[in-house]
Order: sequence, then structure tokens, then C-alpha cells
Amino acid sequence: MPEFFLELFSEEIPARMQTRAAADLERLAGEALAPLKPANLRAWAGARRIALAAEVAPGVAERRVHERGPRRTAPDKAIDGFLRKHGASRADLREEGDFWVLERVEPGVAAAVLIAAAMPTLLRHFPWPKSMRWGGTSLFTWVRPLRRIVALLDGEVVPFSLAEGEDDGHHLASADQSEGHRFLSPGAFPVSSAAQWAEELHRRHVMVDLGERKRVIAEGVASLAAAQGLAVVDDPGLLDEVAGLVEWPVPLLGRIDAAYMDLPVEVMQVSMRVNQRYFALRDAAGKAAPWFAFVANVAAHDGGATIIAGNERVLRARFADARHFWDHDRTVRLESRVAALEGVTFHAKLGSQGARVRRLVALARAIAPQVGADPALAARAALLCKADLTSGMVGEFPELQGVMGGYYAAHDGEDPQVAQAVREHYMPRGPSDAVPAAPVAVAVALADKFDQLAAFFGVGEKPSGSGDPFALRRAALGIVRILRENGLRIGILDLAQSACALSNATANEPAGKWPEKPAGKRPEEADKNVSHAQAETRLGRTDATGVSPGASEVCDFILERLRVQLRSEGARHDVLAAVLAAAHDGTGKGRGRDDDLVRLLAKTAQVTDLLGSPDGADLLTAFRRAANILRIEERKDGPHDGPIAKDRLVLPEERALADALADAEARLATALAAEDFAAATAALAALRPTVDAFFDKVTVNDPDPDLRRNRLRLLNRLRAAMGLTADFSRIEG
Amino acid sequence: MTHSATAASPCPTQPGARQPGSKPPSFQDLILALHAYWSRQGCLILQPYDMEMGAGTYHPATTLHAVGRKPWAAAYVQPCRRPTDGRYGENPNRLQHYYQYQVIMKPSPQEAQTLLLDSYKELGLDPLTHDFRFVEDDWESPTLGAWGLGWEVWCDGMEVGQFTYFQQVGGIACELPCFEMTYGLERLAMYVQNIENVYDLDFNGRGVTYGDVFLRAEREYSAFNFEYANTELLARHFADAEGECAALLARKLALPAYDQCIKAGHLFNLLDARGVISVTERAAYIGRVRTLAKACCETWLAGEQD
Repeated sequence: MPEFFLELFSEEIPARMQTRAAADLERLAGEALAPLKPANLRAWAGARRIALAAEVAPGVAERRVHERGPRRTAPDKAIDGFLRKHGASRADLREEGDFWVLERVEPGVAAAVLIAAAMPTLLRHFPWPKSMRWGGTSLFTWVRPLRRIVALLDGEVVPFSLAEGEDDGHHLASADQSEGHRFLSPGAFPVSSAAQWAEELHRRHVMVDLGERKRVIAEGVASLAAAQGLAVVDDPGLLDEVAGLVEWPVPLLGRIDAAYMDLPVEVMQVSMRVNQRYFALRDAAGKAAPWFAFVANVAAHDGGATIIAGNERVLRARFADARHFWDHDRTVRLESRVAALEGVTFHAKLGSQGARVRRLVALARAIAPQVGADPALAARAALLCKADLTSGMVGEFPELQGVMGGYYAAHDGEDPQVAQAVREHYMPRGPSDAVPAAPVAVAVALADKFDQLAAFFGVGEKPSGSGDPFALRRAALGIVRILRENGLRIGILDLAQSACALSNATANEPAGKWPEKPAGKRPEEADKNVSHAQAETRLGRTDATGVSPGASEVCDFILERLRVQLRSEGARHDVLAAVLAAAHDGTGKGRGRDDDLVRLLAKTAQVTDLLGSPDGADLLTAFRRAANILRIEERKDGPHDGPIAKDRLVLPEERALADALADAEARLATALAAEDFAAATAALAALRPTVDAFFDKVTVNDPDPDLRRNRLRLLNRLRAAMGLTADFSRIEG
Repeated sequence: MTHSATAASPCPTQPGARQPGSKPPSFQDLILALHAYWSRQGCLILQPYDMEMGAGTYHPATTLHAVGRKPWAAAYVQPCRRPTDGRYGENPNRLQHYYQYQVIMKPSPQEAQTLLLDSYKELGLDPLTHDFRFVEDDWESPTLGAWGLGWEVWCDGMEVGQFTYFQQVGGIACELPCFEMTYGLERLAMYVQNIENVYDLDFNGRGVTYGDVFLRAEREYSAFNFEYANTELLARHFADAEGECAALLARKLALPAYDQCIKAGHLFNLLDARGVISVTERAAYIGRVRTLAKACCETWLAGEQD
């Protein structure tokens, strides 16, 4: 099959857009060339080009079209519409029974013709995240100015241009000319095939394959490091980015001035990684080494000496700046920065960080006892946790918020648990980040996330589709992970409730409550004053169980994250839904649902096990049968939830079921009270033979209404007993 | 005055790389070299605008000329005032007053990147010895209602310039997108001269340093910016400039009106440095300057089409 090759050569494409661009090109070309049955599609992306190769059919064969049109009796208008739609004329129509039929031959199309027609449209609509105009003669946009187009079918140029009417399309037209490395191999060269393109570019100092660039960088950096007895700190994200910045990677090593090695390691990393795209190195003991690795895009005439010296110099200047902030920030206590948070906006609709901190203090103090933390320390950590936002270092490197606060708190002689909590309260920052484990840190981290959810939900800023500008999904998943990974027993509804009440009460209060100290009162009491009194007057709406709609929404949102998380772990998502739907305390009273994630997960695991066992599978079948019968019969005569008349149990199988149910109910009550869900599901599993025998031998809808009623009530009790752990009607499959 | 197509092709220049042992260019030589180079590329060599501003982009030669259909190419040095960056002369890398070298070409020439790289060769930075890179950096000026796409230009890991294809200025889409190149002259000179403290820069090649010329100014202006600027006066002047701008726009006097917009922008920067603007107010001030900038650009454009 002929090979189609396309290269789009442009000015430098942002690294973060390249991988996606290659995937988009492959997908869009696949669609545009569909009539040619493209096979073996491959796409490339790099700093100055994206490219595609595919094997395609030589053309589309001639085709006979036979299409039934309107009835012969249809008005002219309908017939004209039909003809317009197909670009045909009356002469092409033939009568066939009661209908007009269009019959014509669609000529075959050569691959080159089809491609030439499809490419300009593809390029005009290429989905770059942001594209731009340039020059003065065309409205054609690209991510950065597009300079050359190579389009070949088996080595022959597929001719097309981007001109359109008055618009000259930047004079861009397909040709066979590409370019190599900007400095090492300037000038154009002819392309004849995908393979020759890749080979020739390699000769011209361009590695077109991302995998190869990454390999050269990773191996090169590692061997340079090894020569110094060092190892590279693994950083796949940085490797990806660097591989998108260079066409001809040349790994190099530079030294860090010893004078800066006492800066906090995170500060050094952020200067190196974020600002400079340098790799960090560690010595054999795992300590930060006074070296960095980086990648040049040129094999320099002097072997890289000038480039290394330049990069070392840049890093010195960056570290000198960081040193200035580090020294300067520590001249004031973190605590003294709290007042300035009144002037820092949290969100336009949500007031200042100062108001937020007041909420966090109240919330962290309330959470503390539930996670084994000292409430006073938790409140102290919450008070300080955002104070580093006004420090010079965080102003310069926002990604260090929290981390710097931790350093400054430690420097101020705050309790180590407080410093740790300040440092860790944003964690987990992503799916691969660790969760805080120390109690004070957990209290503040939970407070931070619940407040975030309550506050944004309160002003209607909820995530939609893929959009989540305030990282609320991450916050909810953070809550799930903190509770789960620490095995913490907390009702999330209560916390959501407190958070919503606090955020409703303070979201719109005027700034300026700091720093007055509540005279003569213990700080705890002062905080309570802020929150609950105002909260209750404003909150107003709650449902019958005392749950505000906002809190319940936050709770659902968190549970939804739990469900997504379980699903991504390969667990059955329907089991969690079934467990969630069950009344949790076994009585059907209370709040009617479980909001303790740890307990929910334990139940889910046991129910999953039960369903995986033969007893469980049989039991599920029996449950469905019982539920079906009940649904039909209850429609006729209402619920069958009355007591069972023992003397009207006539068959041995129904007597056995009544006894087994009584036994199971007692075991379930004990097991659930002790939260022994293994025992609870074992009690259910034990019902299986009795239930099977019942359905085998007993006719539920007996002509005798007393017998029928009794048997329906038995089924109802079976359904209810099973419903204590999970709503089995939600189990799929 | 338009930038001709032939000028866009790499022109013959003096050999780029310096001979080993030769003296690197002084600060003023650097400016003269850039003037000579961009003049050869067809740019008008303009002088600094005689008003205080935070970036060379505010010069009417960029802001106003970026809109509309008339081709334009200019280069100039612009002193920039960034009151919050003052460090009383104590930081080797930060200044509240420094120089930008600004180039604007409209429409953007085909070989803009090559032109730019050749300008670095002119200053002695050979791309086969140094590592030049174009690293994504989208530019936005909220006070000018302007944005563009482009890069930071890196040389051996250091940002030696900002390269932007303007897409919008004064809230108006650029009909002829232009290319803007901004060099931070002190930083570039420090790199070329291999100096680590800005005050040690060789200013004229005859023993005068940057510190001799500007250290006292940095100290005094830092004190003024951070401590002594009369904030009530500044706030009043801001309102005055705003009012005057509107009054002049009513008379369709785009250029004098734009002067008042520049003034308002700088007064806002001073108020900001004095720490008297809260976050919410900050956004409001920026919005007020943007409103002026937009109106000025619209009036300028309307006058151009007359």
C-alpha cells in the first residue's frame, strides 16, 4: 500500500502541547483518510514539528449509488429537496414502484486527490489549546507560525495550499522540503518517505522519536551522575518536558555553589526544576548533592564548557535571590503575618484568607479530638497554616506554600506538631502524593479540604464535566485518602455540616477581625462565638434530620470520589452503591445512611466477598426472586410487613425459614453492633440452604389468603434482613 | 518606513563571535550595537518616551502602533520603573529602574526568529557555543488589555529576551499581528560581560560602572517608592489623570490622552509599592487603567482611519 507522509514544520511548539498534538494528528488524519482505509498510523511530535505516516489504499473505487427518494406522488418541493441533497438532477431519477429512485455512478477518487482535498480543512481546524495569527496576509492560525508543509504519497508531493480566496494562507503549500537542527544543520533538504525523513533528520541533528530523546536524556544524565558517584532523582514529568524542548539532546552536568547548599531542599528543587528544568542529583547516602544535570540542545564547539558555566551562573543568581527571601522572611515571626491575610483574597465571592483562617481554626479544633490530636495545637496550626502566603519566598514560588510555613514555624520555635501540620496541610497534592498521618496535621488537612468544598459549593462553584478550576475533586479525594489510609472513624456528614455552617457565616463578613485577642476569654470560646451563633441564624434550611442541603451535597460529592476511586482500583462500583443505599445502623432510624468511610469500605469488602462466594450468588438469586414477588404482590395489596402467624406456618420449609430468619436477625444485630461485617455476611450466607429449600417446596401465592400473607411476610423479612448490610437490588450482573 | 521583505533575510553582519581575549562590549556599546543592527533591519530608531512607565510596551510606538493596518517597525531603549522591585541598591539582580531594549515590527516578518538570533550573534553570543532556546511564555498585560503568544528566549538557561506575537492590544484584535522583542539590557550585559552584580557592569569601557551611574538613584528611589511617596497625593493624581484622559478622549486627542493613561499606570504602580492597595482594590485599579488604554487605542485607531 502507498505511504502517506505529512510533516508540519513550525516555530517552537510548547512542550506541554506536543504529545497531545501527535495524538490529535493521528486521530484526525485517521478520520479524514477513512475512505482510504489507513493502516499503520504513526505520529511524531517535537519542538519544531509534528508529523504523521500511514499506509493508505491507492484510491476509492468507483461506486454505484442506488437511493430511494420521495413517493412519485410527492410534491415537487420534496423531490427538489431530495435532488439538492444529492447534487443530482431530474434526469438521474428513475421510477421504481411508487417511488423515485436515484441511480448514478460515483466516480473513483485517487488517494492523492482525496488527501489534497482533506488536508487544508484538517489543518484549519487543528485543535491546538491556543493558536495564533501572524504576518499580515492570512487568517490561518497555528500554535506558533507554521513554516513548511511536507505532504507525500509514495514520495510524490500531494499538492495543496492553504490559500483561500483573498487569503494567501501565508503562501503555505505542500512540498517535499523539511529542515534539520536550527544551528547544527541549517537549511532545507528533500524528503522522500517517512523512513528517509527520520534518518536524514538524525543526520541533521534532530531525533524525531520522543522515546529516543527521552532515552538519550535519561541514560546520558544517569551516566554523567554515576561518574561523580551520584544518582539522578527520578522525575518523569521533567523528563517529558525536557524531551519536548530539545531536538538534539546533549546532557551536561553543572556544580552548585557550596554556599547555597544550606537552603531548604524544596527551595533548591523549585528553582532548579520549575525555573530551569534541571534534574536534581543525590549522593550515595541519598543526600542532595552539589550538582545538577541539564540538557542542552546543541553539541557546542567547546564541548559545552560555556554552556555549563552559563547555567551555573544563572543558578547562582536564582539561589542568591532565594537566599534573600529565606533570610528576610525569617526576620519576622510567622504569627505576625496572620493579620495581613485580611488583604489576601481567597476567592472573589469568598472573602479573604483571613476569614478563611478563622473558619479553619474553628474546624480544626472541632476535628482534633476525633483524630486524636490536641485541639489547642490543631487550632494553632490552623491559625498559622496560610500565613506564609504573605512571605517573600511564597510570593516568588507559590508552589512552596505550606512547605515554607512549616520551615518558618519551626524556626519560630512553634511546637513541632504545629510546624509539621502547617507544612503538610495541603497534602495530598495529587494522586501520587502521600497523605498526612500525624494527628494535628490530619486535623488541619481535613479542615482545609472540608472548608474548601463547603465554601465553593456554598457559592455555586461546583466542578462540571472536566472543568474543576478550584481543584474540588482533588480536595474530596484527599479527604477520602486521609480517612482511608489512616483508618480514621469520622462521620463526614457532621464535618460537612460544620464546614458549611462556618462558611455560610463568614463568607461575606467584613475583613479586619485580626488581630484583636479576645480579652479575658480562652481562645476556644472566642472561636465558638464566631461560628455557631451566626451559623445557625443564617443557615436556616435543614431537612428533617437536621442536615443542610449544602452539607449533604458536599457529602455526596465526597462519596462520589470514593466510588470513582474504588472503580479505578478495579472494585465493583455497584457494591459500594448498594452498601451506601442500606440504612446503616440496622434500625432504619438515625440519619438513614452511613457517612463513615472506613465502615463503608469494610462493609463493601465483605459484601463483595459474599457475592463472590457460591452461597452469595445463590442468595442474590433468592433475594431477587423474593423482591420480585414482593414488588408484584405489594402493588396489589400494599406492604406485607406485619408479624408472622407461627401457627399458620404449615410446611416444614417455611417453618425452617422462619427459624433461620430469627436466628440470622439476632446474629446480624450483634454483628452490626460490633461492626463485625464478616460475621454479618456469614449470617446471611447461612440462610442460603433454607431459602433455597423454601423456594423449592413452598408456593408463596397459596389460594389460602392467610398462608399467602404469612409467606409474603417471610419474604419481606428476608429482604429486610439482607437490606441491613446492603441494598442488594442495586447489585448488577 | 515599512519593513521590507528583503531586510528580513539574514543580512551580512560583522563576524559574531569575539576573538578570545577581546574585551566584551560595555553597556553603552551593547545599546549602540543593537541600534545599528535593528536599523539595518529597517527599524526606525526612536528615543525613550519621556514618561515614567513599567515596560517598553507602554511606549506609544508599541501600544498605539500595534493596532490598525499601517505597517510599522521601530526600535528604542525605554527606561522602565518597577517600584516594587527596588532593593535599596542591595540586591545584585533587582532594580526599580532599568532599561529595556524594545523592537516592534508590524506585520511580523517571516524570519523574526532568525533576525532575533542574529542580533545575539551581533553581541558576541554564538549559537554554536551557547545554548539558545525558545521556551513557551504567553504574554499578557492586564492594564493594556493586551496579550500575545511567544517565548522566553534562553541563552544557557538564562532568559535573555521575550519574544511575543501580539494578538490583541487595548482590547482590539491586532489586524496585522506584530512581533515584539524585549531585551532586559542590564541582564544581557551582565551575561555578556560575565558580571554577577549589576552595579559592577562596565558602563562605557573606560572605567565607569553601572553603580557609579545608578546606585544612589536606586537607594533614593527605593526609599521614595516604599516609604515616602505621598499616597494621598498619588491617589489624587491617579484620579486627575483618569479624568484628564477621558476629557482629552472626548476631543479625540489620542496621544495626549494616552499620556494620561501612562501616568495613571505608573501612579498605580507607586501606590502598589507603598502597600496601600488591597487585593480587591488592585483589580479595580487595573481595570480602570485598562479602560483608559482601550479607549486610547480605539481613538487612535479611529483617527488613523480618517
